[in-house]
Amino acid sequence: METKMGVYICTGCGLGDALDMDALAKVATGEYKAPICRQHAFLCSSEGVGQIKSDFESEGVNALVIAACSPRVMTDVFDFGPDKIMERVNLREQVVWSHPANDEDTQMMAEDQLRMGLTKTAEMQPLEPFMAENLSKRILVVGGGLAGMTAANEAAKAGYEVVLVEKSDQLGGYLKEVYKLAPSQPPYEELCESGLDKLAQEVNSQPGVTVYTNATIAEISGAPGLFDVKIQQNGGEANERAGAIIMATGSVPYDASKLESLGYGKHADVVAAPQLEAMFKAGSVTRPSNGQPVNSAAFVLCAGSRDAEHLPYCSAACCVESLKQAKYFKEANPRTAVYIFYKDIRANGNYELFYKQLQKDGVFFVRGTVTGVEDDGSGGLVVAADDMLTRSPILSESVELVVLATGMVPTSALGEPFKEQAAKPGEEDAAVPTDTILASNILNLQYRQGPELPALKYGYPDSHFVCFPYESRRTGIYPAGSVRAPMDYARAVDDATGAALKAIQCVEMVSQGKALHPRAGDTSYPEFFMQRCTQCKRCTEECPFGAINEDEKANPLPNPTRCRRCGVCMGACPERIISFKNYSVGMIGNMIKNIEVPEEDEEKPRILVLACENDAYPALDMAGVRRLSYNAWVRFIPVRCLGSMNLVWIADALSKGIDGILLLGCKHGDDYQCHFIKGSELANIRMTKIQETLNRLVLESDRVRLDQVSISEYRRIPKILDAFATRIQEMDPNPYKGF
Amino acid sequence: MADAFNGNRSILVVGSGMSGLSAALEAAEAGFQVYMVEKEPYLGGRVARMNKYFPKLCPPSCGLEINFRRIKNNPLIRFFTMAQVEKIQGEAGNFDVTVMLQPRYVNEKCTGCGKCEAAAGTEVPDSFNYGLSKVKAAYLPHEFAFPFRYVVAPQVIGTEEAAAIKAACPYDAVDLDMKAEQFDLKVGSIVWATGWVPYDAEKIGYYGFGKHQNVISNVMMERLASANGPTAGRITRRSDGGEVKKVAFVQCAGSRDENHLAYCSGVCCLASLKQATYVLEQDTEAQVSIFYIDIRALGKYEDFYTKVQSEDRVTLIKGKAGEITEDPRTGLVTVQVEDQSTGKILKEQFDLVVLATGMVPSTAVQKIPAEMAYDESGFVLANQPVQGIVGAGCVRKPVDVSASVQDATAAALKAIQATCRR
Repeated sequence: METKMGVYICTGCGLGDALDMDALAKVATGEYKAPICRQHAFLCSSEGVGQIKSDFESEGVNALVIAACSPRVMTDVFDFGPDKIMERVNLREQVVWSHPANDEDTQMMAEDQLRMGLTKTAEMQPLEPFMAENLSKRILVVGGGLAGMTAANEAAKAGYEVVLVEKSDQLGGYLKEVYKLAPSQPPYEELCESGLDKLAQEVNSQPGVTVYTNATIAEISGAPGLFDVKIQQNGGEANERAGAIIMATGSVPYDASKLESLGYGKHADVVAAPQLEAMFKAGSVTRPSNGQPVNSAAFVLCAGSRDAEHLPYCSAACCVESLKQAKYFKEANPRTAVYIFYKDIRANGNYELFYKQLQKDGVFFVRGTVTGVEDDGSGGLVVAADDMLTRSPILSESVELVVLATGMVPTSALGEPFKEQAAKPGEEDAAVPTDTILASNILNLQYRQGPELPALKYGYPDSHFVCFPYESRRTGIYPAGSVRAPMDYARAVDDATGAALKAIQCVEMVSQGKALHPRAGDTSYPEFFMQRCTQCKRCTEECPFGAINEDEKANPLPNPTRCRRCGVCMGACPERIISFKNYSVGMIGNMIKNIEVPEEDEEKPRILVLACENDAYPALDMAGVRRLSYNAWVRFIPVRCLGSMNLVWIADALSKGIDGILLLGCKHGDDYQCHFIKGSELANIRMTKIQETLNRLVLESDRVRLDQVSISEYRRIPKILDAFATRIQEMDPNPYKGF
Repeated sequence: MADAFNGNRSILVVGSGMSGLSAALEAAEAGFQVYMVEKEPYLGGRVARMNKYFPKLCPPSCGLEINFRRIKNNPLIRFFTMAQVEKIQGEAGNFDVTVMLQPRYVNEKCTGCGKCEAAAGTEVPDSFNYGLSKVKAAYLPHEFAFPFRYVVAPQVIGTEEAAAIKAACPYDAVDLDMKAEQFDLKVGSIVWATGWVPYDAEKIGYYGFGKHQNVISNVMMERLASANGPTAGRITRRSDGGEVKKVAFVQCAGSRDENHLAYCSGVCCLASLKQATYVLEQDTEAQVSIFYIDIRALGKYEDFYTKVQSEDRVTLIKGKAGEITEDPRTGLVTVQVEDQSTGKILKEQFDLVVLATGMVPSTAVQKIPAEMAYDESGFVLANQPVQGIVGAGCVRKPVDVSASVQDATAAALKAIQATCRR
């Protein structure tokens, strides 16, 4: 596109008082030959914006640089639509608010920030969304239990077609074995019906829902909007195309045979909770040992859960499920003696009222860690427990049945770890930490990175984000219900309903060529200049979302609809062949090269700061809002994610004579805050490599440094920036200055 | 109002905390037009006032930043701050909603430059900090505030100071003649996500909240620990600003108690475990005691519980705190509690006692102006006589942040279905 650039410099908010605006304008008109450059005392006013718009009409301006406040504010005011190229240069928060007015160094900083904005604007191209053909808006739901049926039903009620695949011969999943549910309506004291038949009927009669029973997923290939699904059914095969996937394959009870220490398998009258459920469902509750009715029972909670040797996590539902089963006994015969051995009774929310009701019903609650279940010699069983705090032993009365409240194991955890190909001789071992993918035979994705969703912990493919619980690490695939995290029925219904909307959102966004969370709506996408690809595989290995497959020759096969636009692939590529129209290695490299580096004897070091735009960049803004000040040697470039940092930028900066490079990214490690999962960590790995290079070039390795900073830690910003500047000043200037 | 935006297929979201924001964004990103109405001058609700989230101990502003960016990039969302819904009429697919807008006294010309603040002298209680500090009568609600726009406090309207504030603005952004105004919206369905309020701890007389300065609530603790809070993140004694070496957390302050809140508030256990980490991190010698009935750390939160429990400086004592007394001389506070494991009565003195006050659904305080069904505690029921108005988040049940997002996403779909049903 032929571009005509307009540069608009705001002199309001004190900018005009602090900076030499004419000198700034001269940078645009002189050095960069910008045909239009205007100053305005109140650019965000209707007159200011009107001026810009009239330049579109009368001057044909179609690429603009707004040098004013942070791009995080006044976004609606400075929104000129997708056909205009625009870059915002942050003179307010990051220059004037954090640096002394009318100061040579402040002025130089403003001019450099403008140079970089001008450079970027000259190189950006208008965006054209990626429009795939034969896109599907159907939603595939894998698993026909409560969560799967709910997701299918709710999506259908919103007008979307659904393909529901269930491995057994009918819908219902675990609910088929369930007698009643814990209360969900006031007064929260009475059991309620499962409602399974009604729900299954509703799903089966939804016109938009195609149900496959006795069916499993043989294979899923493709990407959001374009998933090709091979379904195996009764020995035959069916093919469906889907736009998004909800994985609702649920969980299985923890294997009680591993709980011999609690008497399971040793005593016939020790049963697991699902067995008791089946007895009530069948209407016949008897002692397995002798077929006699049960007059007394003890429940052992956390049987396998909250136990480092079994399931370290809490299974979330068993406390209330046990309360429910205790209620079965009390409803059938109020004289049945019922004991519940527990560590904590986790009856959250209104379940508390149900718990109170059972106390009123005369259930005995005993707090202790159960150490064993023994035959009492008279045909009954006794439960031995340690009081949790005093460690004094407790023994129960003799009971006729012991029920183990076994926890839940997600179906996604049932499989061996998928192993990527080992490095061939001569190849470097990947330094990139690999995801845990368990071959659980649920989705059978034809993804180069492995056949299932990466597990977060304990085999659950859950999101790591508190604020974004639906973010799995495979775009357009949403786990829901007890396969995602341990949860009870009520929560599984909510979870599945939400997942249905996420799936709908996915197909809608993809159909418009837009990115999904967290860069929702972004229409840029990475393009690969394949002629220069060396098949090094770094892009496929490092993409946190498994967006890139490979052909047999190890050429990358990008899937734009799987892509989240973080640019990690762009940062990983040593050949610099991956570019977005508005974000590329060359573009950022040229921004760096356009920073003016003073001669050595001027004693003005230059520091390049690559700041994650999600957290570090807003933190820099906040430092400005709070008028916290720091050195003016720094030059900021926001990056989509620190993982998009390409090492060549470091080389560009050093060969330009820039003295230090500071990478500001999100926290990595177990509690990572990186929105692109491993971007910050990948940048750190790459940086250790550059440090080796620096050492070889006899440059100090700590000229390049990565700091983790969260968005709220803006008070640390001046300390971080100034400490680094001090360290840089202790070194000799970069010897490459002036080359 | 732009009429093109009104209509049967649009959705009104009331409240812009975690639930409201999520419901609005999830619906808008699925292609639906959304209005969001927020009573505060900024979006973000109660989470904006939190220091960190459990179990990751990450800052809420991180997720809010992403959500605000999603709003900025999505033309389908329009929002109104300082606005409340007064009246709802009609039915699913065709609601008439009356919204009352309170005057901000600052218009859209505001650039956030801060000149008005410099011109203001009067200080008013800072509601963002639960009144723990004061702000100038022309103020930015907080530095992450979205929209990034000042507010003039109604207390100074009509004074000379207000005129000075107006005169200080170079952009004609201060409008002292602003009046409360009403407008109507036509929408197809409504998500009600007005969140929760902390249980009024003064009602638990024997804990001395409101009397003893060093007895505070858990929401106040969040502000004290926040870098943008009244003490710049330093947790100190309220009585004299002294260092806190011993802090007690009293769980179920109001919750699980038929005289107060019969239900369990679901999040306070984890919130206190989290706040215990604030104390430990701030001072390597500080000690924490947590008095509890049960520790309810569902699912993978168990890992967080295990981690905090394993800290030497954290003591967990099973027992419901009875009475809290104050030494009038030192301001130190003593918690009396029966340790259920030993049966002994413990009496221990602390610098600070944090009451883990529970959640009260906002709908218990202010009902939805429509025919709606609630339970005895004021939670909005799932099944309603009127279709098309859906509760989301803590108005439906006490939930944590992740569960609010899930619930709000589900509510957004229900709202979408209600607009489709016509």
